[in-house]
Amino acid sequence: MGAFKSLENFSALANGCTPLSSHVSDMRIRGIALGFLSITVGACSAASRAVPLPSPAAVAARDLTEEEQARHALDRLAFGPRPGEVERIRNTGVDRWIAMQLDPEDLRDDEGERIAAALPLASARPENALDGLRNVSQADTVARRAARQRAAEVSRQLQVARVARAVASERQLQEVLVDFWANHFSVFAGKGPVRLYVAQYEQEAIRPHILGHFRDLLGAVAHSPAMLVYLDNWRSAADSQHPTLAGTVVRRGRRGIVRQPRAPRRPRGLNENYARELLELHTLGVDGGYTQQDVIEVARAFTGWTIAAPQAGGGFVFRPAMHDAGEKTVLGTHVRAGGGESDGERVLDLLARHPATARLVAMKLVQRLVSDDPPPALVDRVAAVYTRTDGDLREVVRAIVTSPEFFSRAAYRSKVKSPLELVASGMRAVGAPADPTPRAARMVAQLGQPLYGHRDPNGWPERSSEWLSAGSVVSRINFGVALAGRAALGDSLRLALESPDFQRR
Amino acid sequence: MQRRVFLKSGALALVTIGLSPRFLRRAALLAETRAAARGKVLICLFQRGAADALNVLVPHGDPYYYALRPSIAIARPARGVDGAAIDLDGFFGLHPALAPLAPLYARGMLAPVHAVGSPSSTRSHFDAQDFMETATPDVKSTHDGWLNRLLAASDATANARLASATHPAALRGVALAAQAPRAFDGPLPTVALRSLDELRIRANGADASRLEQLYTAAGADLVHGAGAEAFEAIRALRAADPDQYTAANGAEYPSSEFGRRLRQIAQLVKADVGMEIAFADVGGWDTHVNQGAATGQLASRLDDFARSIAALVTDLGDRMDDVVILTMSEFGRMARENGNRGTDHGHAGALFLIGGQVKGGKVYGRWPGLAAEQLYEGRDLALTTDFRSVFAEVATRHMGASRLDAVLPGYTAPEAAWLGAVRS
Repeated sequence: MGAFKSLENFSALANGCTPLSSHVSDMRIRGIALGFLSITVGACSAASRAVPLPSPAAVAARDLTEEEQARHALDRLAFGPRPGEVERIRNTGVDRWIAMQLDPEDLRDDEGERIAAALPLASARPENALDGLRNVSQADTVARRAARQRAAEVSRQLQVARVARAVASERQLQEVLVDFWANHFSVFAGKGPVRLYVAQYEQEAIRPHILGHFRDLLGAVAHSPAMLVYLDNWRSAADSQHPTLAGTVVRRGRRGIVRQPRAPRRPRGLNENYARELLELHTLGVDGGYTQQDVIEVARAFTGWTIAAPQAGGGFVFRPAMHDAGEKTVLGTHVRAGGGESDGERVLDLLARHPATARLVAMKLVQRLVSDDPPPALVDRVAAVYTRTDGDLREVVRAIVTSPEFFSRAAYRSKVKSPLELVASGMRAVGAPADPTPRAARMVAQLGQPLYGHRDPNGWPERSSEWLSAGSVVSRINFGVALAGRAALGDSLRLALESPDFQRR
Repeated sequence: MQRRVFLKSGALALVTIGLSPRFLRRAALLAETRAAARGKVLICLFQRGAADALNVLVPHGDPYYYALRPSIAIARPARGVDGAAIDLDGFFGLHPALAPLAPLYARGMLAPVHAVGSPSSTRSHFDAQDFMETATPDVKSTHDGWLNRLLAASDATANARLASATHPAALRGVALAAQAPRAFDGPLPTVALRSLDELRIRANGADASRLEQLYTAAGADLVHGAGAEAFEAIRALRAADPDQYTAANGAEYPSSEFGRRLRQIAQLVKADVGMEIAFADVGGWDTHVNQGAATGQLASRLDDFARSIAALVTDLGDRMDDVVILTMSEFGRMARENGNRGTDHGHAGALFLIGGQVKGGKVYGRWPGLAAEQLYEGRDLALTTDFRSVFAEVATRHMGASRLDAVLPGYTAPEAAWLGAVRS
């Protein structure tokens, strides 16, 4: 049984971390002492600045004890506590710690940098990932195979880096939110050339925007080759009933400059896939009040948003000859004919400012961070913050994690861990270093959550109860047992890893 | 653990007040032979992603079909032509990759149903799947799945409960799927697994029983609920070792995930652990781009689908008299191919009923036609059969559910409106 072999491996992994691949063996983890140091340093720098903290009255009104608050914050806004971390956060002050996590760029993150250095392809742009493929002739099958393997290595390293950062990065909330948004805008690495683009997707479309404005995140995703390929928009073109912006092309011939109509390499027509999921999953939600005609109009607006040379890792390009130049009406708003690339931007503006989008974003974030059944009053308040701040995700998250509902008894330990959360929290609990080998990421996959491996565009469920079934619970128990099998662990930690409580956060 | 309390009091109620003469007869039979303890089994197979019904069950007799699909249509049946549709009745044909199912049609075990689906107009995969699994189209507030309600209402239940020592409650419904299907949601315990291999605790004996106590001890939460079901299933399946299983009658399952899942369903049926409903899903049907025709993307999905089902039927042999296989997909796809030699989301679809008690060898459903004015919203195959009529027929005639309103709330069409594709 492959699955169980690697469970056995897992205790080796947690014990000593003997890296499988030699090229990353120089990556040794300094570990907890350094982590502690950077927290202390961070605390000093945060203390010298004005950090927005909740009022003393609000803090006093919380259901949870101070220790529970610290544990809860670590379970929800981080991937679980490391040894001694609950006490350290109590010393820092849970609200101060949260405020610091909301400004991750100010937190020193040596571990994160070490991980980036050890796994260079995890942040590689596709053209770099494909280096080996340049200037290789079709006939050179050996070189081409090597190049393909290198491309596969990109998504492998990306998964390894994601899990490693979840375990070891000091910017824990950032990693939680990367997991959330990469899942909200889920792409499947197994679909065609998406594999080439997925590292760039996380690095350039997701990470820079998770605490920025939703409109920027949405725009970065819409332009990303990963999403354009995954939801087929790169092939979507004006259908034959609508004019394009093809116009004429200028060619230099023997008789000087010749203007001729663009070659009738006629794009074949509309593809609704991206437009539908943009409305249903990325912004308004399925009950957001759009119609089939809106889907078609949105698809028309995005015609021509495509990529150059997908098999060679090309980037975003707008192709006028594919674009439907006619007028459109999206959600009752008129979009004038001939807008070109700006049609899509216009649609994204509309969607990002739509009240249904505010609600969907609020609802999903509350579901991830607070409760499987989001308290309606909290969702209302958070959606209002979204609207007031024009979709400032830092303020949206702050509103959630400083709310009484977040620190409520009802929310405490009410969520079931996802496989990523289970594996990362287990490794953190035993003080294991980040794993530069594929083993931890493989374990996450075996427990049912291969990263960038969700085929459908809806991503993994936010309702955490869906992670539990008779089959999955056995695999999850086995993971805890394997981890607890380390000789060096104390009894109480060992029992904690095997207990039903370890399945929850 | 509310689920289990519900179960126990439910069983008690049956024993004390449910003793109809028919029930007693069955009980007596049950006690007599092991063979008689074989209950009816329903195997539901969900094609997630919206399978393209017009290329699965090809309306080669419809004059508009070929005009709508210039690059992806399946050729008219013709002797000696590779990649042509396999004719069923002069009008419909099977996709050539479904060849492994053709003999079942010839033997009268396969009943295809066309222009069937959900009356909801949604073209969202996820809403449509929910509507089909709750069997309440356009009602989002339904919290339980139709298969859980069927377990509660089916008469076959009585069989299983009498023999409860060998038939643990949680194994009455088994899903071989990555996630527990919505159709299983509800108060009765069921099991969802990706593979039977998952049910092994990797600890030595003493530790294993300590873990069992930990995870089955009282506690009304999710973790304990799943834990209790898991350990119950582990005990019941201790004898059924998936590694030791050999398929019967020379059945050859594909080595795909779907093939492996159907193989394990056959194993569970034969192990007589009281499984009444099995569920498996299979993805890859969302063919927006380059779906292919006789070969290509859709064809390779259908090849796996058909070979897996054919192997299951062969493997189960005579047991198919007690089994109905019901396939479904959330909706069909656009009648006209799109700009990328693929198809976008549509409306009505097709499904298959397979079993010894299925009145097969005939294509069911009224054909709405593919002329522009016959299409739903001018673009999709129109719906003439509500999927709930098929569910209703299977629930009552095959599974013996007595109270249909409890299984399919809000569905009121008279029995006369059913297709009549299943013998009771």
